[in-house]
Amino acid sequence: MQEKALSPTVSTERITLTINGTSQQVEVEVWTSLLDLLREHLDLTGTKKGCDHGQCGACTILLDGKRINSCLTLAVMHDGAELTTIEGLAQDGELHPVQQAFIDHDAFQCGYCTPGQICSTIGLINEGKAKTLDDIRDLMSGNICRCGAYTNIVKVLQEAIERNQNL
Amino acid sequence: MKPFTYTRADDITSAVSEVSQQEGAKVIAGGTNLLDLMKIDVMQPRHLIDITRLALNTIEETAQGGLLLGALVTNADTAYHEQVEQRYPLLSHAILAGATAQLRNKATDGGNLLQRTRCYYFYDTHTACNKREPGTGCSAIHGYNRIHAILGHSEHCIATHPSDMAVALAALEARIHVTGPRGERTIPIADFHRLPGDTPEKDTNLADDEIITSIELPSKGFAQHYTYLKNRDRASYAFALVSVAAGLDMEGDTIQEARIALGGVAHKPWRNPEAEALLIGKRASRENFQPVADAYVQKAKGFEHNSFKIELACRSIVRALMQAAKIDQ
Repeated sequence: MQEKALSPTVSTERITLTINGTSQQVEVEVWTSLLDLLREHLDLTGTKKGCDHGQCGACTILLDGKRINSCLTLAVMHDGAELTTIEGLAQDGELHPVQQAFIDHDAFQCGYCTPGQICSTIGLINEGKAKTLDDIRDLMSGNICRCGAYTNIVKVLQEAIERNQNL
Repeated sequence: MKPFTYTRADDITSAVSEVSQQEGAKVIAGGTNLLDLMKIDVMQPRHLIDITRLALNTIEETAQGGLLLGALVTNADTAYHEQVEQRYPLLSHAILAGATAQLRNKATDGGNLLQRTRCYYFYDTHTACNKREPGTGCSAIHGYNRIHAILGHSEHCIATHPSDMAVALAALEARIHVTGPRGERTIPIADFHRLPGDTPEKDTNLADDEIITSIELPSKGFAQHYTYLKNRDRASYAFALVSVAAGLDMEGDTIQEARIALGGVAHKPWRNPEAEALLIGKRASRENFQPVADAYVQKAKGFEHNSFKIELACRSIVRALMQAAKIDQ
């Protein structure tokens, strides 16, 4: 059998992250993306890997309340950060209102992009910048849905924004 | 991604000394472009210096009445900053015309200026590219060059700079403050990015051992008469085929000063001060805008697939100036 090539020196760091409300220490190789940390090391596979290049948005999570592409950032750079993934949205057995709205509006088909779409929707609502239908479409352009469920995803957002404006 | 070592810088001095002493070192902040390129081996730094903990993340007013944008402020925080929205809406609009909400939440202002071209051949390590591997040739010149430059290109490279933010900064005549082992210096935005010439591997005049610390906006923001017009293949999340950042200083319908910067057409944001000067003292009108647009593209040269950009740039300049001047006909 061919001998395995010598592996380069593995460079690791210990970091502390608060993920979905739970603080935990993890040892990461410095080149591990936040996405790979969640999926491969912490078994939080709700966050999806689509393109792995920040183009599809399937890996969207909330970092300190803001939506980011978890594939395009290194885990080691986030010592002390607070992350929310799709697994952390439901509280006490109740779905997050945006999760429920995706079901009510039938805003998905295969579901692969949905965790990213939901986290992105929550991020968009937190930002408070979308006022019109065009704003919604523009500010959701970082999330691709190959099944083409956009019409109903936009409905979720329209309803959420109207609800917030009526508060 | 090739393995690398990593350190977290605590202050600017240590970041500068590390980047100047470690061979193959790169600083990382937002990482949205660098990591993307590292994943496909276009960039292969041996060491990353994380500068995200440095105190460069504030927006402050300057004594000269301008604004100082810390290099680490995110593109989103810049675009939505109250002072930027009110006094420099051109910059705010340009930033929001680029990337996606997720990327803008990570990408920093310093990093935005340092992003690499989106030339397909630069990204494809199986093809020749003088920017990626000097001396191998340019695959774009005789290849699929629809998104490529029409101005300022060379026989060695016809790539464009992809930033929208930089185009607005060019129109606003921003100044880039940098620091390195030889101390601090300031580079006017017009001199920050380079034309490809015979060294297309160098995108900017920032030395390898220098770090951007801030971007200074002069007091003049053209907040009354401005526009950022971006033409692209889809309505959102696409790079500019041709974009125009226009700012006018007007008294009544007479133009006192005009700034016009083009994106998507060259290796750097493209300005032509002589052409801008044609508008001084002129009435804002389509008739007066046309010669300026003509002057901007006078020396333009297209390639097999991108010659449409010449006419597009010409018409876009006229339209952008009309929007900035708030005239319909």
